[in-house]
Amino acid sequence: MIKPKHDFQAEEIVAGYDQKTILNNVSIAIPSHKINVIIGANACGKSTLLKTMARLLKPDTGAVTLDGKSIHQMPSKKLAKLLGLLPQSPIVPEGITVTDLVGRGRYPHQSFFKGWSKEDYAAVAEAMDMMQITELANRNIDELSGGQRQRVWIAMALTQQTDILFLDEPTTYLDITYQVEILDLLTDLNKKYGTTIVMVLHDINLTARYADYIFALRSGQLIAEGTPTDVITSKRVEEIFDMKSQVILDPVSKTPLVVPIGRHHQHT
Amino acid sequence: MTTNSLITIKRGRQKRQRRWLLVNLLLILTAMILCVAMLLLGNTFHHPVDVFRALTGETVEGVSFAVNNIRLPRMLAGLLAGIAFGIAGNTFQTMLRNPLANPEILGITAGSSVAALFCILILQTSQTVTSFSAVIAGLLTVIVIYFLSRSGSFSIGRLILVGIGIQAMLSAVISYLLMVGGHQDLPSALRWLSGSLNGVQLNSLTPLVLVVVIFLPIILFLGRHLQLLELGEQAAISLGLRTDLTRILLIVSSVCMIAFATSVTGPIAFVAFLAGPIAKRIAGVGYSNVLPAGLVGANLVLAADLIGQFAFDVRFPVGIITGILGAPFLLYLLIRMNRRGSL
Amino acid sequence: MMSNSRISSQENHVFVPKTLTKTIVISIVLLFIVSVLSLAFGSRFVTWNELMTGLFYPEQDSYGASVVRERIPRTVFALFCGAALGVSGALMQAITRNPIADPSILGVNTGAALFVVSGLAFFNISTASEYIWFAIVGAMLTAIFVYAIGSLGRTGATPLKLVLAGAATSAALSSLVSAVLIPRTDVMDQFRFWQVGSLGSASWNAILTFLPFLIVGVILAICTAPALNALALGDDVAKSQGVQLTTLRIFSAFAGVVLCAVATALAGPIGFIGLLATHLVRLLLGPDLRIVIPMAAIAGAVVLTIADVVGRVIGSPGELEVGVVTALIGAPLLIYLAIKLKVRSL
Repeated sequence: MIKPKHDFQAEEIVAGYDQKTILNNVSIAIPSHKINVIIGANACGKSTLLKTMARLLKPDTGAVTLDGKSIHQMPSKKLAKLLGLLPQSPIVPEGITVTDLVGRGRYPHQSFFKGWSKEDYAAVAEAMDMMQITELANRNIDELSGGQRQRVWIAMALTQQTDILFLDEPTTYLDITYQVEILDLLTDLNKKYGTTIVMVLHDINLTARYADYIFALRSGQLIAEGTPTDVITSKRVEEIFDMKSQVILDPVSKTPLVVPIGRHHQHT
Repeated sequence: MTTNSLITIKRGRQKRQRRWLLVNLLLILTAMILCVAMLLLGNTFHHPVDVFRALTGETVEGVSFAVNNIRLPRMLAGLLAGIAFGIAGNTFQTMLRNPLANPEILGITAGSSVAALFCILILQTSQTVTSFSAVIAGLLTVIVIYFLSRSGSFSIGRLILVGIGIQAMLSAVISYLLMVGGHQDLPSALRWLSGSLNGVQLNSLTPLVLVVVIFLPIILFLGRHLQLLELGEQAAISLGLRTDLTRILLIVSSVCMIAFATSVTGPIAFVAFLAGPIAKRIAGVGYSNVLPAGLVGANLVLAADLIGQFAFDVRFPVGIITGILGAPFLLYLLIRMNRRGSL
Repeated sequence: MMSNSRISSQENHVFVPKTLTKTIVISIVLLFIVSVLSLAFGSRFVTWNELMTGLFYPEQDSYGASVVRERIPRTVFALFCGAALGVSGALMQAITRNPIADPSILGVNTGAALFVVSGLAFFNISTASEYIWFAIVGAMLTAIFVYAIGSLGRTGATPLKLVLAGAATSAALSSLVSAVLIPRTDVMDQFRFWQVGSLGSASWNAILTFLPFLIVGVILAICTAPALNALALGDDVAKSQGVQLTTLRIFSAFAGVVLCAVATALAGPIGFIGLLATHLVRLLLGPDLRIVIPMAAIAGAVVLTIADVVGRVIGSPGELEVGVVTALIGAPLLIYLAIKLKVRSL
């Protein structure tokens, strides 16, 4: 049961907050069935791009189109079956149980005044199994660790059963163990259902390892895109982050590995 | 997917659902008992049969007047105002994700009171005009608070502080109106300072009845949307909720409920504040809190009014009782929020 | 406890020659103007001649002159109350390092009110000094309670937490006040006048009772000012400069609470003067508390007296209680401060 392919594009996006323009004429096409990662230095507009594509932010000019139609003109509930999002800092209602929170992802599939349908239960159970949180089903979210919470949120986004899933820095504030665990789970998801993943990640090396396709931004403009091997070279890394580095081959995953060079460790 | 996990999930969910249903039924039951008590008790105790006959239109010597003209309006006002305050309070608290962000603290109730008081004392308008002015004033207060707290970066904390400021100002206006209105007699003054069910007329209740009948279903219907707003703006939008529209609908409906209730009973202290958190505590979190909050509100007002009428030698208006009972809970809530660091 | 921070004593040297004289002159002029206004305006306006007769020719009598004479204690009382509330507000802001502290916002007023009412109802208190002692105890307990609740949790006493604790406590206490009052119509009449905050009840007797508290409170406040300056930089900095934090807090809080309680006991709860006075002074003269505290007394006196005049003129032929007027001017300032605060410092 692989998700259908979509033609998902951002065309000449100019966007920002209030009077401040952050994205300046960015056009990208998201390849379906891939793990896409947006990278860039702080304040380069990567989060803004994600938010614009996930229709949280209306672009000043330009359009985000899904199969040829502007997403800002599609009915919101219909769109919610295609595009899902895990916000950067989601808000937990006090005292809610894991199941109930995960179940809220079913909203676009439900109609009024009906309890949970068979499909709802099935979707919730499937998502919780996949994120390995079934034992926590009836626990209170307040009692969970950061890594567990993040899995709960992803499970909620999963029950939405969208073809495309956005994640805004899903590994921030997590220990390295949990970061790898979350990214592994997202890879499972991508492999099993063909869900297109679009996320912002901070860590360039985890990006290199897990991304199929990378978009690199600098000062609100797209400066590189392609596979990790294409984008993550020492020349490109310097362009993106203003930092000298040496790129070697990751002995574990055979992907590029960035080794930063600081002022005190000049190595020839 | 394993069947086992499906069963775990289903069981837990059904258990919570049963609790929610049970709590609602119990709340309905207690509200009914309190309503009956409101009809039977008064200066003299009337036999249930007499009360029933009086209610169905028969003239019962010494009973009909007290029941139909005093106790029935009082009971209905308490019931409806309780539901209105409870639901409106819960809506704001959920929408703004903070129990302290309720219409009372934000000054919305005070805005409605000022308008109602102005209409009654200065313009001497009819109940309908009074109610509508209260609605407009309530909405204006919301708009003012919103715009004032939007300058700079928005935060709930700022919203609450601005609300407290507005509230302080409006309270001063209320004192002023009470003075120039020549209404120096305490019962009516107290009604506008803390709420009372004394002397409610049956015909002045009609607008409130209509409002509750219209807006209760609307807010119940929006209950599921409210649960999404609780997850934050971004999550709500990506789940397909039209957040702006939903918020406007919710705000207008709740302000209407508050305003109409306020114009009948005055702002009954702490009910809008307490109903939501209490309902959540007893009914659980997973299901919509709208209905339980309304029922808790009704129970609070009715019970407090009975206590105020009969527990002491002197009759206290309902707002004084809810004020005294509610305050410790409010402080408890505050202490807990401070401890959790959620302020 | 009185150790100065070096930085602020340097500021002082810069300050003294340039502006101190000017400030004192302006203050005196302002105090004079508002006093004249307070004597002249009211439900009945008196002419300059009547004013002069009333003040300086005690042997001559006319209706206008007697009106002026009746307004004298009221004016003096307003000036004193304003001074006490102004200093009290400045102290509370300094101790809590919180720009929106004021006796009324923190609920201290209502605490004093509850005790005065209970005194009226249960202990038959009647003299000014009995009022005062009841009010002091009530204010003190409330202050401690509100501060304790507001400072719970990791972030300590933030403005938002303190204000909420104050609002909650105040709401609770005012319900109790009503509960005490409702069964007692006799007390209620005494109380209702007092409740809204009125200066109309002023008598020379009350002023004489007030005076020692005012003097002691203000002196104590001025003495703690240098150490409070150090406190403004944070507990750790203050400690490293040799300030004994606990002693400082106890003394200055005591002064703040007593000043507010005494004013409240005699004039009823009058809100926002502390907030208005302190911010006015800080805006004009900067944050040095050795300047702010004494000047807050003057500013408080001026603001309260003007508010009282406004109340009498607007409310004519009766009068609009001064508490209503100060709330109408003060609450917008609170809102403005709330808007200006940075989110992080809420």
